[in-house]
Amino acid sequence: MKFGILVFPGTWSDRDWHHVLTRVLGHEAVYLWHGDRDLHDCDALIVPGGFAHGDYLRAGAIARFSPIMESVAQFAESGGLVLGSCNGFQILCEAGLLPGALRRNAGMAFRCEWVHLRVERTDTPFTSACEVGQVLRIPISHGEGNFYLDDAELESLEARRGVVLRYCDATGQVTAAANPNGSRNNIAGIINTRGNVMALMPHPERCCETVLGGTDGLPLCHSLTHALAASAR
Amino acid sequence: MAVDLAHADAAYSDADLRGVALVRTEYHRIVELLGRIPNSVELGIFGAMWSEHCGYKNSRALLKRFPTTGPRVLLGPGAENAGAIDAGHGLAVVFKIESHNHPSAVEPFQGAATGVGGILRDIFTMGARPVALLDSLRFGDPASERTRYLFDGVVGGIGHYGNCMGIPTVGGEIYFDATYGANPLVNAMCVGVVPTDRILPARAGGAGNPVLLVGASTGRDGIHGATFASVSDPNSTQRSAVQVGNPFLEKLLMEACLELRDTGWLVGLQDLGAAGLTSATVEAAHKGGCGLDLDVAQVARREDGMTPYEIMLSESQERMLAIVHDGHEADVQRVFEKWGLHSNIIGHVINEPVLRVRDGENVAAEIPTAYLTDDVPMYIREGVANPKIAELWQFDATQVQPRDDLGETLQRMLSAPDVASRRTVWNSYDHMVGANTVIAPGFDAAVLRLRTEDDQDTGVTIAIATDGNGRLVYLDPYNGGAMTVAEAARNCACTGATPTALTNCLNFGNPEKLDVYYQMATAIDGMSAAARALGTPVVSGNVSLYNETEGEAIYPSPVIGMIGVLEGHPPRPSAAGQPGDVLALLGPWRDDPVDLAGSTYLATMEGIVAGRPPQLDLAAERALQDLLTDPQSFALLASAHDCSDGGLGVALAEWCTWAGLGITPDAHLMEHISHPLAVLFGEAPSRVVVSVAPAHYAGLVELATAHGVPLTQLGIVGGDQFRFAQAHCSLADLRAAHEYGLGEALGKTPVAV
Repeated sequence: MKFGILVFPGTWSDRDWHHVLTRVLGHEAVYLWHGDRDLHDCDALIVPGGFAHGDYLRAGAIARFSPIMESVAQFAESGGLVLGSCNGFQILCEAGLLPGALRRNAGMAFRCEWVHLRVERTDTPFTSACEVGQVLRIPISHGEGNFYLDDAELESLEARRGVVLRYCDATGQVTAAANPNGSRNNIAGIINTRGNVMALMPHPERCCETVLGGTDGLPLCHSLTHALAASAR
Repeated sequence: MAVDLAHADAAYSDADLRGVALVRTEYHRIVELLGRIPNSVELGIFGAMWSEHCGYKNSRALLKRFPTTGPRVLLGPGAENAGAIDAGHGLAVVFKIESHNHPSAVEPFQGAATGVGGILRDIFTMGARPVALLDSLRFGDPASERTRYLFDGVVGGIGHYGNCMGIPTVGGEIYFDATYGANPLVNAMCVGVVPTDRILPARAGGAGNPVLLVGASTGRDGIHGATFASVSDPNSTQRSAVQVGNPFLEKLLMEACLELRDTGWLVGLQDLGAAGLTSATVEAAHKGGCGLDLDVAQVARREDGMTPYEIMLSESQERMLAIVHDGHEADVQRVFEKWGLHSNIIGHVINEPVLRVRDGENVAAEIPTAYLTDDVPMYIREGVANPKIAELWQFDATQVQPRDDLGETLQRMLSAPDVASRRTVWNSYDHMVGANTVIAPGFDAAVLRLRTEDDQDTGVTIAIATDGNGRLVYLDPYNGGAMTVAEAARNCACTGATPTALTNCLNFGNPEKLDVYYQMATAIDGMSAAARALGTPVVSGNVSLYNETEGEAIYPSPVIGMIGVLEGHPPRPSAAGQPGDVLALLGPWRDDPVDLAGSTYLATMEGIVAGRPPQLDLAAERALQDLLTDPQSFALLASAHDCSDGGLGVALAEWCTWAGLGITPDAHLMEHISHPLAVLFGEAPSRVVVSVAPAHYAGLVELATAHGVPLTQLGIVGGDQFRFAQAHCSLADLRAAHEYGLGEALGKTPVAV
């Protein structure tokens, strides 16, 4: 099982993902440079967090034009699994692989803290190891995580059950107080219609070891590896 | 060759010299060294290199008093851009703290941001990957508009730079006092990790080897930054001396330099910081025992018409000097290009130990490098204590009476700007990226795990803490200096890590004033004594002088950045336990109002900064820290929390707040208290609050006896009420006071927990 981790100038969660995928989970992982097109036969792609190109224009707005993104689009088109986190979510939205946009946090401040997420569906390759309604405790670290869609698009996203994760309190209640960035409908993670491209603002790669304060990132990672193992059979 | 000084004097007015931070006698010395009148480019180069900021002319003699060697020290002060210690497993931990006070006073956001950028460059220049940032901040009265503006700017700038770079900000401290109103302090510390055998030197060498300048193009920003930081009253001087940071560019520079480290193509790497190209080239050449021939016409500029003087003294950020083995310049440039970085060959190494600056064919400056380094004037003064301090020592702390109910007072103390939780601040910094943060900011010390370059866990964790208490150093420079080192070390020891080495940033006023010089010399003596006693040599540091406005100096404010090393045990938390566990005090039980002298309580509740603060006993401090790092302590102690700012009452309340457990005090102990105010808020040093399971208490008694450390049972934890020494309140009230105190003091809208 081989993972490809995208690296743009300014990406910084790449090394954390590499650590989790190789040292914690024991899989093979390679870095894929943004200027290349070759995906090196990877079975799944990770679009990690960071400040690609400094995010000076708009998060992900320049990264979407990188040569590698054409290959990512083809990979997704052919059904390959793509998981984005943080800046990766922003890039996948800018690239049109996921709907919506991530705006400045409602409080305008960058926030790095543990949040709770409610799993809305488990019939995806990214959440099959979770239970519906399960509450995951995973850190966020972003200044632009305020997920936005207009009313009609939001309705359509909800109608097709495109929301995978929502910010909630420790008991699983989806409340305004539990929403760290003002995202519409407390949306923390979404999936595309085909069900093979998912992204979330939180950082599951930061909580896969007890020593770092939590392991709720593991169910998401395990779901992904189960899906890859199943498709390989 | 003798030069007529009268003739030389006619060349530059006093104002000309002041403009480059030189005085007439120094100018005469320059003329004497050169044997001729320097041209204006040369004068500017001398001014920068002889400034306090680069040349340490007022502090160098004093800095020699610090202990700088120890079994784990790999690189001490001045050897490279930062100090280094051996963490085992073939890894060096590289670290340094540096000030950016003056720029932050003028433009807080960019001043703080570029302070972070500068210290990061010091670390990755050595081939080390930065793994942590910490920031020690001082501001004026939190109620003033000016402080609020500076606070938001500085915190915003730190977050902006560190977050974009993807380096976690894991700690630091913030204190408020009117003394810092016009002169805020922004000290940034960075910690990096590199295999010990791959540290890149910051030196030039090999005649004919090309010199590359890479990164940002050079502009007029920051000209005179070094000299500007070496005079008083930053507010009244040049705003143009503040640079603008580009963390994205720095991230690219960092990755490129780390990628180049092991290629064998580099002779050395030196970042451009204070005094820009001047300092970088002079230091690299001097360290390498060679010279450099530069052509400023080859320097990529961001504006037209820049003179050699401006190019040599620009402090444009995110630039690096690479000395490359001849023939590999194209290889090196290819790596830089991959990372989108522009580089130019701006000169080459020469055997003759001079800095030659050409503008095309014309020589704009030519100075032997030794004149700019070895010959920096050194001022040694005989300091004189300010007589005001002896008067302040007359203050009788035994006369201090409680103002109201002690439970109310404890809540007010917990919400005081110097004590309250900094959660909102460190939540605005990414403190987890890198997947190493084992203990997050907000506790005694941050703890990071150490991994090898090929991502193997070493089982080693490092504890990092910064500390400084200007009030204590002001009231008693020797004792205060020692306390600063002791507290930083104690913070590390609470986690179980052995305090190993330190970096310091010496923030003082104008050293030309004898009382300021006295503060500096005496505080350095106190810090040195503590560093020796605790086995924590100084491996790097920085000096920031002239922190004064309208003749008023800040409190003498040395800041310590301490590194502790722990192997074989998981780090101990500051607060953890089960209902029924015992809370105990390691160190002396005190019930004496003299301990309120110089305390946070006096400053916060009474607005009084007076008295002679409690004296540190270094042997007792060492015994306490030896106990905390004793392998046997790990099985016994569930947690350990330093008792310092705010005294035992605040330490206990913080412990209870963090652990989510109340405390019922030991009845016998309470019966014998005669000064509850002093018990709660006195600041006797060398004390730590620990929690221990009842089954382990006997073992702890044995261990404490073995180390000769007093042990007092304070109470039993559990429930949701805090009761101790006549202070009674609910945990919920304490938590709210602690959580919202800072925001309230700064006039911010509360953010939900």
